[in-house]
Amino acid sequence: MRFFLDAEQREFARSLDGLLASCDTPAAIRSWADGDHGPGRSVWARLAEAGVFALAVPETYDGFGPLPLELAVAFEGLGRHAVPGPLVETVAAAALLDRLADERVAADRLPGIASGKSIASLCLTSLGPYALDADLADPVFVVEGDTLSVAAGSGPVQPSADPGRRLSRPAGGTVLARGPAVTAAAGYAADVAALATAAQALGVGRTLLARTVAYVTQRTQFGVVIGSFQAVKHRLADTLLALEFAEPLVHGAALALAAGDDGAGRDIAAAKVTAGEAAYGAARTALQLHGAVGYTDELDLSLWIRKARPLRDAWGTPAACRARVLAG
Amino acid sequence: MDLDFDAADEVFRAEVRDWLAAHVPSAPLPSLETAAGFAAHREWEATLAADRWSVVSWPEEFGGRGGSLLRWLVFEEEYYAAGAPGRVSQNGISLLAPTLFENGTAEQRARILPAMARGEVIWAQAWSEPESGSDLASLRSTAVRTKGGWLLGGQKTWSSRAAFADRAFGLFRSDPDADRPHRGLTYLMFPLDAEGVTVRPIGRLDGKPAFAELFLDEVFVPDEDVIGEPGQGWRVAMSTTGNERGLTLRSPGRFTAAADRLTTLWREHGAPADTALRDRVADAVIGARAYRLFSYRGASHVLHDEGGPAGAASSLNKIYWSELDIALHETALDLLGPYGELADHAGESPSDGGWAEGYTFSLAGPVYAGTNEIQRDIIAERLLGLPKGRR
Ligand SMILES: Cc1cc2nc3c(=O)[nH]c(=O)nc-3n(C[C@H](O)[C@H](O)[C@H](O)COP(=O)(O)OP(=O)(O)OC[C@H]3O[C@@H](n4cnc5c(N)ncnc54)[C@H](O)[C@@H]3O)c2cc1C
Repeated sequence: MRFFLDAEQREFARSLDGLLASCDTPAAIRSWADGDHGPGRSVWARLAEAGVFALAVPETYDGFGPLPLELAVAFEGLGRHAVPGPLVETVAAAALLDRLADERVAADRLPGIASGKSIASLCLTSLGPYALDADLADPVFVVEGDTLSVAAGSGPVQPSADPGRRLSRPAGGTVLARGPAVTAAAGYAADVAALATAAQALGVGRTLLARTVAYVTQRTQFGVVIGSFQAVKHRLADTLLALEFAEPLVHGAALALAAGDDGAGRDIAAAKVTAGEAAYGAARTALQLHGAVGYTDELDLSLWIRKARPLRDAWGTPAACRARVLAG
Repeated sequence: MDLDFDAADEVFRAEVRDWLAAHVPSAPLPSLETAAGFAAHREWEATLAADRWSVVSWPEEFGGRGGSLLRWLVFEEEYYAAGAPGRVSQNGISLLAPTLFENGTAEQRARILPAMARGEVIWAQAWSEPESGSDLASLRSTAVRTKGGWLLGGQKTWSSRAAFADRAFGLFRSDPDADRPHRGLTYLMFPLDAEGVTVRPIGRLDGKPAFAELFLDEVFVPDEDVIGEPGQGWRVAMSTTGNERGLTLRSPGRFTAAADRLTTLWREHGAPADTALRDRVADAVIGARAYRLFSYRGASHVLHDEGGPAGAASSLNKIYWSELDIALHETALDLLGPYGELADHAGESPSDGGWAEGYTFSLAGPVYAGTNEIQRDIIAERLLGLPKGRR
């Protein structure tokens, strides 16, 4: 029995962190929000080189996955650095195609995802009408009922609360597959997406906490640093507590998914709601403890603050996750 | 990262389960906070000890099975799932014993631990004083040097189950001139029926009388009942508080068992349309799972010698389990609706496994073992590196 990351997994997390720290992701998000995908795409290319997308793709199609735990580790890092783009959607699309077990479709699409050449998006209409970054993603997969298609285009971008998230309705398209296999594969893809989103939220929360701790130890009021006030300390202690207890749920859910446990969906729902709420709580705390400057979009912190709530609700709202936990 | 139990662990689990199935009393014992219940629980400790189940993680020479922390967690899961009685020896086993393993002499271990394991000597913790709660280091009870030992004086309070227990362990000021309040304290053990000790029971919130305050008037304690060096009591005591707050006081089995009972209660009594209550049930169930995984991760670190969740990290545990415990019980009472207010001994209470008593006890969680406010200070200062503020 061993339930902590091994040396290799920790090294992977560390090197990804180093890579992303050198990427100036805040600048990439700001350009992304303006519709200039250049800097974001170059981050994407470096992530692909580091093997992030190959984690979702089986070896037959040039990947080395699926590796849910390593994906969770990677997505925590992506959240820490607030990397923009349809990251979750791309790995979920890979999971869907893998599960579909349609060799022709898989051979056609998966190697591109593994190598990073193909940035995919995915819309399950049962969960919502929008695809993330449909204006740049190629392909955009849509599952409606038991039908999987590739969209031909997309409607106008609907601004999100998070400037880094560009939402639009996929339009038209070519049918790729139909039937119960699609429904089952889409369910699995939704689980993978929820897990990756939970991990990403955790990373977002970690950065919000770290930056806020740094701020309160430097900002002074009443002649002392505000981090010495008990109301400030206790709020940060609660933030740490929530994140610390969410993390093993995320890792545990990834292990359950990897093992194909019957209860994996329920474990993922538990991880999703907990990590989502923890990150959102961290965002509320970060905003409050930064005072007015926390309410400005000039501060890079805003890029994380504005991510937390959409991640909490994407790929399984808290209410949907809680219902699933009790569904047995 | 595998989180799988090996075959030997599963054999152990099955052995525990079989033993419990054969031995757990069919009717719940009376509350261990009452005289009759205390006696019944003491007998249960003896039953456990007879088959070496009372202290599975201790070395065999003291009555244990030399089990790893992991085995202990497995034991606890099965124990609570089987609905086995609460442990009246808890204070001794989870607070005094680790202190003796770390700081006691071989003689003390041989004399004290086996009797503790058998439930023959039940221990109370005598730390708090009327004027010293959160600020424990301000304590004023004294230990004065005398021939062959020490004379204790002063007052201790809020001592759990001291009304029925046999002996107590606590901190006393042995050097009134020490430059800092943490210095000059000595950790001592004493019998509760010794000359000079007066025990006054205090009714708890639920009226049960096992809580007590202790008045000490020139109580003689021989040198062999000092734990660690005289004057080093604070350091010795702090090695125990991590245990009190962390894992060993509140193993996850207790909460997973309660979460399972809550889920059953929800299936039986919950209204599907009441999504607000459903969400709270789900959160409590998730909380128990989170606590379990957090604990197993901590145990993994300890077992693989990667630096465990020692020290300040146990403050995370303390806050989490105490709040989880309240959430589980409040939710259960809400599910019981108009019956929720009935005490467990009310004839018509549908509350099977002690939700009412459990609820009242859960309310104390954020207060004892160091209040949650104090734990938040520790987390902020030691884990987040924030500056010490005014206390
Ligand atoms: C059920 C139960 C069992 C117990 N069993 C034992 C036992 O067996 N042995 C034993 O020795 N003791 C025992 N205690 C006592 C327990 O350890 C103390 O109650 C606890 O340490 C708090 O001390 P106090 O009650 O004096 O509260 P106080 O220290 O007076 O605190 C009162 C309130 O003020 C807050 N407060 C105090 N200082 C600060 C600060 N610096 N910052 C923020 N808030 C602060 C506290 O958090 C609390 O909310 C038990 C208590 C209970 C409820």
